[in-house]
Amino acid sequence: MQGSIDLSIWQLTAAYIFILLLIVIVRLKGIPREKEILISSLRMTIQLVLVGYILAYVFEHSHPVYALVIIAIMLIFAIYNIFNRTKSPLSAEIKKIIALSMTVGILASLIYFILVVLQVSPWYEPRYVIPIAGMIIGNSMTGISLGVKTLVEGMTTNKQLVEAALILGATPKMASKQIVNNAFDAAMLPTINSMVGMGIVFLPGMMTGQILGGASPVVAIEYQIAVMLGIVGSVSLTVLLFVQLGYKTFFNSRIQMKI
Amino acid sequence: MFTLRGVKYKDILDINELDIPEQRITCIVGESGSGKTTLLRLLNHLISYDEGEICFQKTPLSLWNPIELRRKVMMLSQSPAIFEGTVRDNLLIGFKFCEKPPVEDSQLQDALEIVRFHKDLSQDSNSLSGGEKQRLALARVLLLEPQVFLLDEPSSALDEETTQFVMEQLVQHVKHLKKTMLMVTHSKAVVQAFAEHVVETKKGKIVLTKEA
Repeated sequence: MQGSIDLSIWQLTAAYIFILLLIVIVRLKGIPREKEILISSLRMTIQLVLVGYILAYVFEHSHPVYALVIIAIMLIFAIYNIFNRTKSPLSAEIKKIIALSMTVGILASLIYFILVVLQVSPWYEPRYVIPIAGMIIGNSMTGISLGVKTLVEGMTTNKQLVEAALILGATPKMASKQIVNNAFDAAMLPTINSMVGMGIVFLPGMMTGQILGGASPVVAIEYQIAVMLGIVGSVSLTVLLFVQLGYKTFFNSRIQMKI
Repeated sequence: MFTLRGVKYKDILDINELDIPEQRITCIVGESGSGKTTLLRLLNHLISYDEGEICFQKTPLSLWNPIELRRKVMMLSQSPAIFEGTVRDNLLIGFKFCEKPPVEDSQLQDALEIVRFHKDLSQDSNSLSGGEKQRLALARVLLLEPQVFLLDEPSSALDEETTQFVMEQLVQHVKHLKKTMLMVTHSKAVVQAFAEHVVETKKGKIVLTKEA
């Protein structure tokens, strides 16, 4: 495998100058976003530098505990990110359902992909486990965020229709069927779209990374296909768990609406 | 059929004692905000009372399976919800919710006849007027033949002549099926013509019950 070009400090500086130029343009145009661009660039730099050193250490000293701790941190961060991203207030109950769906859905997909599909040995080999867990967690997080938003908003705006169904003797499942289906669709759409456009509209990040790292495009594609299927599986599983359990939190034990 | 004893709901309702007789037409009258709709919602178990006890067929509501209860005691809201789809879809969705086998078009037509609704079954329900939606929702409840009909101002969007016709048909139908009807209304004419039992509410309390 041919190694990739190691970027020198000057080359990275050139990349920052590019952003500085952009900030100047944004400022001249009077769009008040230069602060956000600056802060997010800085934040990204610090986060990545830290992660780079942590990963370098973990790759050197491969150990199951490290792999598990890193996956746990990513998962917890993702769950909190979902809570913060949703603008409508979430009940404690639905937060529990989000955490449960994310944990179960992601772990099940990850275990299957690491052990059965990629057959990583030893299973905790951080070079494989961590990036793949990252991609699965990140995509599931995006999916479930959209699912949460659609479900909560759907229940609130269609409260009258849901209640009308209850009045006619419907079970909560029947009464919220349409909203649950909409939430699932909304959550799956970005993943489905990205699969459809993949390779034609854009080259996926992981594949790009492997090619830049010197791997042959064919190997990169094999991994990309496997990982993409893993992502679809994990997003479907987490979102399915979430919507199937989530709608119930809008009803009390006497099958009355709580909102 | 229903007995209420010392029922309190927030500061909206405070009912010492109320009995709703079986197989009779009961009208609930009273000014706006006096708790009439809340009373219907309590009986349909869409909300739970804070104190006291409501019994349906001698069993407290809290011991009923809520879904089973609502299939026996069905409510029609004042501004009834119409679901996406055609007139037929809106009539049949009730059977789906109740898990009852659907009926033939001819029976749907009969129910629409009772409420004087003369649009095609395949018409899109989005294009209906407020009064038509109200009658369509009424026909939907009629078709399901619950033991008790809880109707919240079923004629509020209808003109006088249609009200008279629809109410007459409705009462006849309910009587024929030997069902109980409990109706909130603002119309003195409706009370005079059809009520067998009148309940008057004021500021959340029952101020009058009488046989008509």
